[in-house]
Amino acid sequence: MRPSSDLIRLALPFVALGALLGGVFWLQPRAMSYTGLNLLFNLAVPIALATLAQMFIIAVNDLDLSMGAFVGFAACVTATFLNETPWLGGLILLASVAVYAALGVVIHLRRLPAIVVTLGMSFVWLGLAVMILPAPGGAAPGWLRTLMTVRPPGIPMALAASLLIALAAHLVVARSALGVVIRGVGGNERSVARAGWSVLHARAAAYALAGLFGVLSGMALVGLTTSADANIALRYTLLSIAGVILGGGEFVGGRVSAVGAVAGALTLALAGSFLSFLRLSPDWQIGAQGAILILVLALRLGLDAIEQRRARA
Amino acid sequence: MRRSILSTTAPGLLLAAVLSVAAAPVLADTSDKRIALSNNYAGNSWRQAMLTSWETVTRPAVEAGIVAAADAFTTGENSATEQAAQIQNLILQGYDAIVLNAASPTALNGAVKEACDAGIIVVSFDGIVTEPCAWRIAVDFREMGRVQVEYLAGRLPEGGNLLEIRGLAGVFVDDEISAGIHEGVEQFPQFTIAGSVHGDWAQDVAQRAVAGILPSLPEIVGVVTQGGDGYGAAQAFAAAGRPMPIIIMGNRQDELQWWKEQKDANGYETMSVSIAPGVSTLAFWVAQQILDGREVPKDLVVPFLTITQDTLEASLETTPVGGVANVEYTLEDAVAVIQGAN
Repeated sequence: MRPSSDLIRLALPFVALGALLGGVFWLQPRAMSYTGLNLLFNLAVPIALATLAQMFIIAVNDLDLSMGAFVGFAACVTATFLNETPWLGGLILLASVAVYAALGVVIHLRRLPAIVVTLGMSFVWLGLAVMILPAPGGAAPGWLRTLMTVRPPGIPMALAASLLIALAAHLVVARSALGVVIRGVGGNERSVARAGWSVLHARAAAYALAGLFGVLSGMALVGLTTSADANIALRYTLLSIAGVILGGGEFVGGRVSAVGAVAGALTLALAGSFLSFLRLSPDWQIGAQGAILILVLALRLGLDAIEQRRARA
Repeated sequence: MRRSILSTTAPGLLLAAVLSVAAAPVLADTSDKRIALSNNYAGNSWRQAMLTSWETVTRPAVEAGIVAAADAFTTGENSATEQAAQIQNLILQGYDAIVLNAASPTALNGAVKEACDAGIIVVSFDGIVTEPCAWRIAVDFREMGRVQVEYLAGRLPEGGNLLEIRGLAGVFVDDEISAGIHEGVEQFPQFTIAGSVHGDWAQDVAQRAVAGILPSLPEIVGVVTQGGDGYGAAQAFAAAGRPMPIIIMGNRQDELQWWKEQKDANGYETMSVSIAPGVSTLAFWVAQQILDGREVPKDLVVPFLTITQDTLEASLETTPVGGVANVEYTLEDAVAVIQGAN
């Protein structure tokens, strides 16, 4: 039986991840160990969470340009309020998730382009983060630090966490009724509405989920870095979008994959390490990282084209 | 053929080995150690000079077998998360020491701790980190501000109005130098700071800012600066037709060039002070010394580079156009700094 196009789409991020991992192991055999894998992947955990957050937004055909700034804001709250007065910190983080849901409502009701709204919000989040933490600092709550540096037997924390969050997000997006409606909004908003579902609720829920995963990303990041900085996660905006697309998602049509998105995030993180182990000049590294991205996407487009030709034949 | 090479090189090698053991017994112990430089930014003349100095000093050190490797790594974007990932990669690559100019004083602490736990020596300089297991080679920016006012007090005992040019708002270095200048003014109360502008450490920005504030200011006798802004300030004063005050320079080539021209034309006198980008090489030697087993205090202070009326010509000659006056450190300098801190 021929593999379906969906299967290829799902397999590609893992093929890319496997190929890069093979390259890394070949260049640096030291990485092939419990500690090595953890070092390779632990900073990919917050990227994976941010990628999942972006995935929920992309699932409803929107794009969030404030993801990096929002993760930075969550990180600053985690390193200050959540550490000193946990209830207040928790409240602020919950409120920021509510703000995300409200953004979804506003974007839907006023028919505003999400790109513009989130671009504006990115300055709001960054401003709030600078107000909370004018100079780099703060401290990770002890329990969070313990959680992010735990050494479970057999499997490094970074991989265990990636598997867990991929599974959790997969259950929400692919197995729950809410996930089906959210993807339906991305696929065909009108038919979802005709079927009696509230598109407004679905979009608000998608944004709230994005806010939740964004907050988790900020918390995970602080758990790793031990302190925060308002600018700490600015590059997550583009990384998260790239991760979703690399993981088999599409900008339109509600076609997203949670497991793929996590694999995409790990691939992006690994690409940096791979290029560093290659001793490639830093001037070329950004370009090379882009080249890897384009290569994987070109591979996908090629496979899609073959699949379509087969379907026609 | 083969014999002759052997016969000429073998005694040479032997001699070198004997010499290195006899002259500096510390050298032998780090010959298999590998040191990496982790740098977060390379986008200005100071950082470029820093990387060049690293190359100039470490290459002979590697060739002489003092250390096995001294590789420089720069992140593509100036971001803490990327540098943290870079440090974790360096751990995996098995470096024995990491010399670090950090994107953030705190956000790299997790990665630095990972490195320390893996038995790696971490020496931070310029952009230092707060993680206690790392060494810090800090610049006394406050003192750098204070000495400017002290110099002016020596030149102008009766005091007067000063114009302060600050750096990039919100950056730690700007706050520190400015605090030092204000300390200096408290110490020498004959001076008052009549105005303060942000020059962002760039000549064009400084020139615009100074030109903007000049009409509202009384007579200015001195301009206290942070480096990279003295030439712009001089241009603004000249354009406004105001008497040229004593402008403290910041070791940039264009500043030294202007100073030299003025000195030749009318005997203009001032001083110039900044941090030498070669501080990266001091950090290299400190890391080498720690690897060698020397007891080194966790906090070291790097001396800043002062250019006076007498050393102007010599400094200008060695400073490339568009560059910064620089000094590269030797093993002996590092030992002196370490002993000074003990």
